[in-house]
Amino acid sequence: MGQANSNHQVIEIENLTRTYRLGKIDVQALRGVTFRVRRGELLSVMGPSGSGKSTLMNLLGCLDQPDAGSYLLDGEEVGQLGDDQLARIRNRSIGFIFQTFNLLARTTALANCELPMLYGGVPPRERKERASKALAEVGLADRADHHPNELSGGQQQRVAIARALVNNPAVILADEPTGNLDSKSGIEVMSILQSLNRDAGITVLIVTHDPFIARHTQRVIRLQDGRVVVDEAVAHPLRAGEAERPSEVSLEEEARA
Amino acid sequence: MNLLESGRVALGALSANKLRAALTMLGIIIGVGAVVTLMSAGNAVEAYITNQFRSIGSNLLFVAPGTFDSQRGGAASAAIGGKGLTNGDAAALLDPVLAPDVLAVGLELTGAAVVDYRGESRILSISGVGPNYDDLRNAKLSAGRFLDEGDQVAESRVAVIGPLVVDELFPENALPIGEQIRLDDIQFRVVGVLESRGGSAFANEDNIIYIPLSTAQTRVFPSRGRRGDFHISLIYVQAITEDRTSAAEDQITAILRQRHEIQSGDDDDFTAISQAEILTSAAGVLSVVTIFLGAIAAISLLVGGIGIMNIMLVSVTERTREIGLRKAVGARRRDILLQFLLESVVLAVAGGLLGVGLGGLGTAAIGRAASDLAPQLSLQAVLLATTFSGLVGLFFGIYPATRAASLNPIDALRYE
Ligand SMILES: Nc1ncnc2c1ncn2[C@@H]1O[C@H](COP(=O)(O)OP(=O)(O)O)[C@@H](O)[C@H]1O
Ligand SMILES: [Mg+2]
Repeated sequence: MGQANSNHQVIEIENLTRTYRLGKIDVQALRGVTFRVRRGELLSVMGPSGSGKSTLMNLLGCLDQPDAGSYLLDGEEVGQLGDDQLARIRNRSIGFIFQTFNLLARTTALANCELPMLYGGVPPRERKERASKALAEVGLADRADHHPNELSGGQQQRVAIARALVNNPAVILADEPTGNLDSKSGIEVMSILQSLNRDAGITVLIVTHDPFIARHTQRVIRLQDGRVVVDEAVAHPLRAGEAERPSEVSLEEEARA
Repeated sequence: MNLLESGRVALGALSANKLRAALTMLGIIIGVGAVVTLMSAGNAVEAYITNQFRSIGSNLLFVAPGTFDSQRGGAASAAIGGKGLTNGDAAALLDPVLAPDVLAVGLELTGAAVVDYRGESRILSISGVGPNYDDLRNAKLSAGRFLDEGDQVAESRVAVIGPLVVDELFPENALPIGEQIRLDDIQFRVVGVLESRGGSAFANEDNIIYIPLSTAQTRVFPSRGRRGDFHISLIYVQAITEDRTSAAEDQITAILRQRHEIQSGDDDDFTAISQAEILTSAAGVLSVVTIFLGAIAAISLLVGGIGIMNIMLVSVTERTREIGLRKAVGARRRDILLQFLLESVVLAVAGGLLGVGLGGLGTAAIGRAASDLAPQLSLQAVLLATTFSGLVGLFFGIYPATRAASLNPIDALRYE
């Protein structure tokens, strides 16, 4: 958690670089990325395929370490930590949401939500309570005992959101959270992320290909070839469910603009 | 995450794939079942043999002519070749000064004779024994009387027969007291029948015909030593107490060496051996057998362990994404390691416990098949087998668990 520090920046990255070595070829996935994320922001990262979005998310999520540059998460330098320390930070400060949900198939929705607390040393009673509360927040209180295969894609992603919430992380990182959903479920998921951001002040960073989804966030960072090419506020963020999805053509035009 | 919770996760993973878990355990089940059965049976056989020796008589020493090493032919050939043992040798052992720890001495001359009853003949073992044989050897009568002092003095032609001899010679007559039989054409009268003593490690003593030693020496197997003394095949010596048997053995050896004029440094021409020594050597043979069986059982456990490792590796591969996710939400290396190690240990120990059950069934089956043995599930075997299977699970779980723990979470999450 650690929100106690006076710094308003949840994420401060400076000149992050990451190079993959593929045999003799070096792939420079990130070539010096710098930006800051304030507490309580809802922002999206966009960019063409291969531009380094996932690489960036892995670094921000402490799943990977940068080759150079600095990364302050909640005021703490996390760029050069050991495996166990990284695991602790992932557990306490980061909530992940994946494109493919990544729920444990043989486990109920409730138990899936308990998982991060299991590794956080939370006692069983409190685990159940907090998991139930998180499921209620995403509107799935009545599905606590269901297994993932008994839930729709949208519901599964909501369970994943609840799981990301339970340890009260500094930031929720969502890599294409709507990528595997139909547009209606996608908007539902956005609606939940928006309300978590608005009502609980949770910082959310979403990677998306979909300009319509990006317009539901307050700020868009655009990557190209491992560099930030655009970092701008969204003029009038949409409220999920209130705006009709525009035609694909106009979205494409906007994306190009 | 603590051990209890890791255990719960491991159990959950196993119960999600019950058939596979059961099949994986099969190797361990069979291995442990074999260990437990074999060890229980081994213990039962050991107890049985010990009991058999007990029934031979307490505080007993045996003295036979020749040595076990040089004269495999035993008593008879030694009697011809070396000085042998004679009545005089046996009497000398009763010297209260030279052999204070000797309580009693029994003499036996063994051989085989053509035994004829009503025209039917067969070759049977004959033992000429002294009047105290029944006391020394715990031989009990089921009918009639034993050979007594009077029979010895009179060189009577009377015989006491073992129960198997009764079956052999008198199939229609369970109580053949007073019947006349011929041993090498000499007529004998049956005066007693012995109770069964069962087979012993040496031979079955139930199919022997006992006659007075004096009769055997003068009429049936006459053979004299150099001093004109009659040969005997075996001397039984009873020591005054069990803990004085080895002292008695030393005294016997000294007396006989002197009587046989054996120079110091030369080998004995007789063998004195106590029951304890026989037991020890029998136990030695048994322990070799037990070790051999144990090795076979250990190999089957090993094979079971390899089966577990195989399935655990498959399981790690299948659950790569799960491992990635667990790491993403905060599982450390050691959490994953512990989870998979526990899974493999639980698998092996559960297999071990089922194997103990199987071993119990096997032990009971042996008890039913061989009613002389009373095999019992040995606690030692149960503990050993369960501990060992736990160790097998641990050992063969290490590699798969290490592999799981060292997966890179990014690659693991992307794994299809
Ligand atoms: N594990 C990897 N090994 C080698 N190259 C990689 C690896 N992951 C990503 N890359 C390369 O790095 C670049 C950025 O990839 P990525 O971050 O996945 O982009 P995006 O998510 O925006 O599509 C791409 O050229 C990709 O091929
Ligand atoms: Mg990507």
